[in-house]
Amino acid sequence: MNTRVLPNIGVGVSRNWGAYWPAGLLLLSAAALCVFMLAPLGTLLIGSVLDEQGHLSLTRFVNFASTPGVGTATWNTLWIATLVTLITVPLAFVYAYALQRACLPLSGVWRIVGLSALAGPSLVGAIAFIQWFGNQGVLKSWLGEQTVYGPIGITLATVYASFPHALMLLVVALATTDGRLYEAAEALGASRWRKFWTITLPSAKYGLISAALVVFSYSVSEFGIPKVIGGNFPVLAVEIYIQVVGMHNFGRGAVVALLLLAPVLMAFAADWYIQRKQHASLSARAVPYVPRPDPRRDLALLVYCGLIGVIMLAILGIAGYTSLVRFWPYNLEMTLDHYLFGLAEAGVLNAYLNSLTIGALTALVGTPFIFVTAYLVEKTHTGPAWLRPLIRALATLPMGVPGLVLGIGYILFFNAPGNPLNGLYQTLAIMVLVNVVHYYTPCHLSALTALKSIDREFEAVSVSLRVSQATTFWRVTLPICLPAVLEIARYLFINAMTTVSALVFLYSPGNMPASVSILHLDEAGDLGPAAAMATLIVLTTISVSVLYSIATHFLLRRHQAWRQLKR
Amino acid sequence: MAHLEIKQLSKRFGGFTALDRIELSVAQGEFVVLLGPSGCGKTTLLRAIAGLERQDSGQIWHAGRDISHAPPAQRDYGIVFQSYALFPNLTVGDNVAYGLKSRRTGHALGAVGAQQRVADMLVLVGLPGIEEKYPTQLSGGQQQRVALARALATSPHLLLLDEPLSALDAIERVRLRSEIRQLQSKLGITTLMVTHDQEEALSMADRIVVMKNGQIQQIGTPQDIYRAPCNDFVADFIGRGNLLDATSQDQAVFKFGRVSLRCASAGLGHAAHRFYVRPEDICLHSITDTTENSFTATVKKTEFMGSSYLVTLDADMEQNKPLVAQFSSNYLEGRPIHPGALLRLSIPAEHLRSMPQSL
Repeated sequence: MNTRVLPNIGVGVSRNWGAYWPAGLLLLSAAALCVFMLAPLGTLLIGSVLDEQGHLSLTRFVNFASTPGVGTATWNTLWIATLVTLITVPLAFVYAYALQRACLPLSGVWRIVGLSALAGPSLVGAIAFIQWFGNQGVLKSWLGEQTVYGPIGITLATVYASFPHALMLLVVALATTDGRLYEAAEALGASRWRKFWTITLPSAKYGLISAALVVFSYSVSEFGIPKVIGGNFPVLAVEIYIQVVGMHNFGRGAVVALLLLAPVLMAFAADWYIQRKQHASLSARAVPYVPRPDPRRDLALLVYCGLIGVIMLAILGIAGYTSLVRFWPYNLEMTLDHYLFGLAEAGVLNAYLNSLTIGALTALVGTPFIFVTAYLVEKTHTGPAWLRPLIRALATLPMGVPGLVLGIGYILFFNAPGNPLNGLYQTLAIMVLVNVVHYYTPCHLSALTALKSIDREFEAVSVSLRVSQATTFWRVTLPICLPAVLEIARYLFINAMTTVSALVFLYSPGNMPASVSILHLDEAGDLGPAAAMATLIVLTTISVSVLYSIATHFLLRRHQAWRQLKR
Repeated sequence: MAHLEIKQLSKRFGGFTALDRIELSVAQGEFVVLLGPSGCGKTTLLRAIAGLERQDSGQIWHAGRDISHAPPAQRDYGIVFQSYALFPNLTVGDNVAYGLKSRRTGHALGAVGAQQRVADMLVLVGLPGIEEKYPTQLSGGQQQRVALARALATSPHLLLLDEPLSALDAIERVRLRSEIRQLQSKLGITTLMVTHDQEEALSMADRIVVMKNGQIQQIGTPQDIYRAPCNDFVADFIGRGNLLDATSQDQAVFKFGRVSLRCASAGLGHAAHRFYVRPEDICLHSITDTTENSFTATVKKTEFMGSSYLVTLDADMEQNKPLVAQFSSNYLEGRPIHPGALLRLSIPAEHLRSMPQSL
């Protein structure tokens, strides 16, 4: 650049820095994502195709395939996942339909009840079903000759745990329909069923497919549930756990993890392909659909929601209740013994404090990193051309990677003797990092949605006023996106509190997280303390959610007055 | 040298040519409007001048310095967008003062000075005393005035307006366009505006630049562009018009089907000719009149436009499209025209303008 012809406005070193810092920061982000996301997964991939001597071979796969019982475990995993999908998606669809398309009283309450399973670790459902239908279960007779320890229990608990994930997707799918389509159909005299088949279902088609794929991959990669309630029923996820944690056979674990990754990745590739074909179903001019009261439909759906709600609360409730009685179901005297002796005295309460720390750090580290990276990708334009596509791809990668697979990738990568980051292994820090990576995609997407809704000329205006982009980020972009930022922090905290899958491979006895401790308590037969720990986690996430709502409410009222104003 | 000088500016997006060797010079204090349909390159040109889009080749000179490769912050302009782009979380006062608080502007205004400047700017755009309001509390027109105040607060020497009126309703649009023009004349600030609205361009511009497919079609005053469009595209894009094919009959007389008309300007020796007539230049006469260039035509359709009537005619001229004439409502008062009526019309020789052959 020929600087001689420029007049004396702020020419100097600062200009170059000002032009290059976004690219510099973005490169750092990309490097971090490569080290903590791409490298572990790559190591997993490579590790599985190297034999003991480090030669390229498929011996590990061959050995694994010839292991007796592998065929059965694979078959079990697939048919359970299919069954769970076939049950969960219709259940969640009707529930979502009731929330979005009917006039239910207290619809906010129904929404919370429907999502309540998210408040605890996936193990909560498994523990609850044992308390209801297990050997000492009060409802054991309902199952007749069958036992809950096995496919029945796994299916029930997985349906419970995956229900909110399907519900969230379907609520969104049903929310985005143009009300005018229904008005047009009504004007043409279409019947209720005709409208349902020709408008409702087609417009929710992509949501349904997405929900089915999410539930299927959830079921395939979930291992806490079959571990707790599966008895001797072999599934792939538990097989990995046994290989890696029980036998320290990392190579074998990597092979199973890759097998697990295959159906999940196929599901997400299909989802991606289908989503690409979906065009915005809601134009800017669309009129949102507002349901009108219809007593017959509303009553039927209310009964349905009531039934599901009762089951949901019975599952969450039994865990809380059994944690407070002396010996379920024989001695129902109320006591805090499970908390005082089962947890505090036994030294397990530290696990709870560890989880609080992990959750808080995950939110504190993850939120700024994810939001700033999304901002740099969306609102800055300098740097090499490959940088932004690379980060976009990396940001959506974790969506398809189960925590279990990620955890094994982390072991293989960080536990390698030559790795300079070896010191991270079995620290709190690595658990925080794996959580950020594991839950990266949804956070990235909500940051992106918030950023895209901002006028894209803000940066152009500030640059014309010669205000630095960093100033505009701080004064304008961040305040506007504050609700999304807080939501990302809450999401990261709650998931870090409740997750088991990746952490189970990475903790050391000194910093065991609470959700993992449930697994150990259950293994030791301490179902009471296990329920107590689960209840603690659920209470924490619920409290945090309530605090979050109150905080955002006041924050938005005090500092964001502009949101409420109308002329 | 002109205040703003664009030399051979080109820009491609993949296979799409957004700007094709653009040459334009804008004088100090001039109001120039870039006009054209969407995708013609007018916005790209504006963004290239702002430094928001980097040209592939060519130069931009502003106030005697080459800014072709200067980053936006080192160019000297204020910009207003169609979407207003006001910061919703800041008050009107903070929005207008946004550029004043920057250390890099060299304005060296204190807090009090900045406050005074904001108050002055709001008076200038006719919205005094609204500093404490938030953008969402204002109407679209008010928001755009605030955006204008913000762009002008740092006293730039060039004002860029990117479809500033397109998001407003019809009444507000007409009101604000005269306000912007007045303000611009008062401040004497060189201004470049992008629009696709020909009426807006005609009413505001000192000069209009008509663009199509990344190329400049014609540059001229609104009167020039309207009266003497240089090609079919400009004629079609600016106002309504009739394009008529004719064959040469005599020195200055041409045959349009069965109608013969004398043309004042033509003198070209080709056998085939094309002419251009504005609908309002067609005159209505009593049926027995025999003025020069008069002929009879049958009314096919009339359209009431408020101040005028648009009349579609069958004139026996053997053209692809029927002849369209526009008569003032005032003039037709009490003499309504119905479909099927026979009218005596004329096209005065000086209003029959010769056009180049279309490609």
